[in-house]
Amino acid sequence: MSTVAARIHAHKRQIVLAHGGGGQMTDELVRDLMLPRLTNDALARLGDAAVLDVGGVQLAFTTDSSVVHPLEFPGGDIGRLAISGAVNDLAVCGAEARWISLGLILEEGLSTEVLRRVVDSIAATAAEAGVEVATGDTKVVARGQADGLYVNTSGIGVVRPGLRLGFEFVQPGDVVLLSGTIADHGMAVMLQREDQSALRSQLESDVAPINRLIRLLIEAAPDVRFMRDPTRGGLAGVLADLAERTGFRVEVDEELIPMRKATLYACEMLGIDPLDVANEGKVLAVVPPEQAEAAVEAMRSHERGREAAAIGRIGEERDGVCVLTTDVGGQRVIQKPYGEQLPRIC
Amino acid sequence: MSTLRQRMSALLAVLNAEADRLDRPVNLMEVCGTHTVAACRSGIHALMPNNVRLLSGPGCPVCVTAQRYIDALVRLGARADVTLATYGDMVRVAGEGGSLELARSNGADVRVVTSTIEAVDIAQREPQRQVVFAAVGFETTAPASAACVLEAQRRGLTNFAILPCHKLVIPAMRTLLDDPQTRIDGFLCPGHVSVVIGSAVYDEIVARYNRPCVVGGFEALQMMESVLALVRQLVAMQGGARARNENLYPQVVRAQGNPHARALIDRVFAPGDSAWRALGVMEDSGLDLREEFADFDAFRRFGIVLGDDREPPGCRCGEVITGRCEPNDCKLFGTVCTPIYPVGPCMVSSEGACQAWFKYRRARMKISAPRREEVTA
Amino acid sequence: MCLAIPARVERVEDTAAWVRLGDAQVRVQLDMTPQAGVGDWVLVHAGFAIQQLDEDDVRAIWESLGELDAARLNEGATP
Repeated sequence: MSTVAARIHAHKRQIVLAHGGGGQMTDELVRDLMLPRLTNDALARLGDAAVLDVGGVQLAFTTDSSVVHPLEFPGGDIGRLAISGAVNDLAVCGAEARWISLGLILEEGLSTEVLRRVVDSIAATAAEAGVEVATGDTKVVARGQADGLYVNTSGIGVVRPGLRLGFEFVQPGDVVLLSGTIADHGMAVMLQREDQSALRSQLESDVAPINRLIRLLIEAAPDVRFMRDPTRGGLAGVLADLAERTGFRVEVDEELIPMRKATLYACEMLGIDPLDVANEGKVLAVVPPEQAEAAVEAMRSHERGREAAAIGRIGEERDGVCVLTTDVGGQRVIQKPYGEQLPRIC
Repeated sequence: MSTLRQRMSALLAVLNAEADRLDRPVNLMEVCGTHTVAACRSGIHALMPNNVRLLSGPGCPVCVTAQRYIDALVRLGARADVTLATYGDMVRVAGEGGSLELARSNGADVRVVTSTIEAVDIAQREPQRQVVFAAVGFETTAPASAACVLEAQRRGLTNFAILPCHKLVIPAMRTLLDDPQTRIDGFLCPGHVSVVIGSAVYDEIVARYNRPCVVGGFEALQMMESVLALVRQLVAMQGGARARNENLYPQVVRAQGNPHARALIDRVFAPGDSAWRALGVMEDSGLDLREEFADFDAFRRFGIVLGDDREPPGCRCGEVITGRCEPNDCKLFGTVCTPIYPVGPCMVSSEGACQAWFKYRRARMKISAPRREEVTA
Repeated sequence: MCLAIPARVERVEDTAAWVRLGDAQVRVQLDMTPQAGVGDWVLVHAGFAIQQLDEDDVRAIWESLGELDAARLNEGATP
């Protein structure tokens, strides 16, 4: 084996943190290790949720694991994250979330006070989203074998009839919409970590169930072509996917992407690209141009969509890349992040 | 249009007119990884006049750090008693024995810090651990490494050391210009390095090699102003003028630099020979810990002897950072060597010329102006 | 990360200081700017203040950065 091949092989031999980052490394793991062993029609689409036909009714089915550290952070906690994750994954597939399952993995020694707060938050978030926790499971592992608490949620929802959502429906001229500011969740959590004690900011996570906002969006733009919540992998991950999977060029304007100054500064300080950072209460949607304005208005009428904006369009070229026009008018290609966010210094 | 875009297009009008007066295509090199990233992030390559090329030089600390040093770090990380503290930049760069990312996955205790003092704090908090800070970077980070050694001494810590691998900018620029194959017409000098070492140090380069040097800031507009200053000088040189050393960032960069920062470096380090990736060993191009601080030298504490480097076959990073070829001239680029499985160091670092190319410039950028009226619908 | 934005010192603790950058507070070492005190402006890099700036420098930097909402920064920077 050549030296080069040997090096690459070494990198493929074991799991690294980046495999869980929702970026290129995650994609590769799914493509090379999961799909060949598990493939079926429902899974092969790799949507945020699987859409299943059950006796003529279209059901959406999704699962999501939350492993955030710390468990509680400004704007939310692991419980709110777990419920929102499942609800939003169903919503972007055009489904109304109905039932959620709750799997808890607890580490020996976890404070029951913390657990009570997290479960209260789960209950409150479920009520906010209009879903029920219909089944659950609890396991405890020895101290040191988990980081306090992990939560897995699965969700089932009913797909709204008449929607045609998917990469294959996206057409040149369609408008790319975003429901609000980016990078708030990822940066808020990052700044809470012990190793970031040198940076204090008032950032709050955007974590929230946005199924109601998405319902307003769909009502205003019934021909919406595609939706995705830009969680791990950030806006960059979704835009790069959109370009690659549709085969069209996606043209985005940096000036139109909503962003809080405080979040931008935190990103600048740590040398992190805000486009790569996770969001937990946002949706990116592609809609036909004649419905774009109404869709933006509809999102803005919701408290979680006040800063909604059209950020770009689907171009004519068929090169499958996303091109960002920068604040000074330059241009660059947006790529899916690698997987682990590392502060850059030098 | 935003003020920024208006200002950039006004600047470009001047730059294009000036570039039209050049009698040949010119190559300008930015000698700073941050300039490379800023240029790629703001997409200014797409705005350059056709006859002005911006090359990425050896300014990325990751890219110029020899494999043998990475291998030493990975070996250190394998020791059960050692905690490695590193800037995030170094985590993914691979030596022959893998990267710190893989080492961590194998159980090494690798902590990413954003300040050298955090590494000292870890040593104080965890006295049972041997904490080693990977001291990389140019003159901007060298004073921070010096300060952390002094701080560890002040706190009386015996479980803290650094593995020094700092590099000096001027020897690298000299080496580039001494190479007859290098085609560099002017330098966009590093802003923050110059904050420390001062702008006067480029006088020597300008005088000896007759190449213009311009110190500039990091924002896209500031970089473009530096490009304009370089092009103006090159046009003037066509008429017989000599190259000049210009400082466009005088609010921050003084002629003599920051005396406190320089004093910190001199207090703790002495210039020494250093191995650069792809450039080889250069005399007095790095910084060794002074004898007085030998107790903080991880090389000595752990008896580390650096081996040799074997560059990966086919990798042209050396030519890329010396401006002899562009990333996409390399056969490995984008095929075998990608940001996800980087072969050469320039693909590892987000500041590396190859990753910057891959990430920001991969597509052939002939893009129509965005139709903003539709976009803002 | 190299940051071109000036920060204002709000509180000094021994050889370190808390500086304000927009909405954020950042702890930096003053080893390279030992004369900087509360109210002074510094340039920050990798957890260190690497240069002290006077008011004229700061104004010139904001001017050259153009877009960066200087008024707002100023507001955030003044306690």
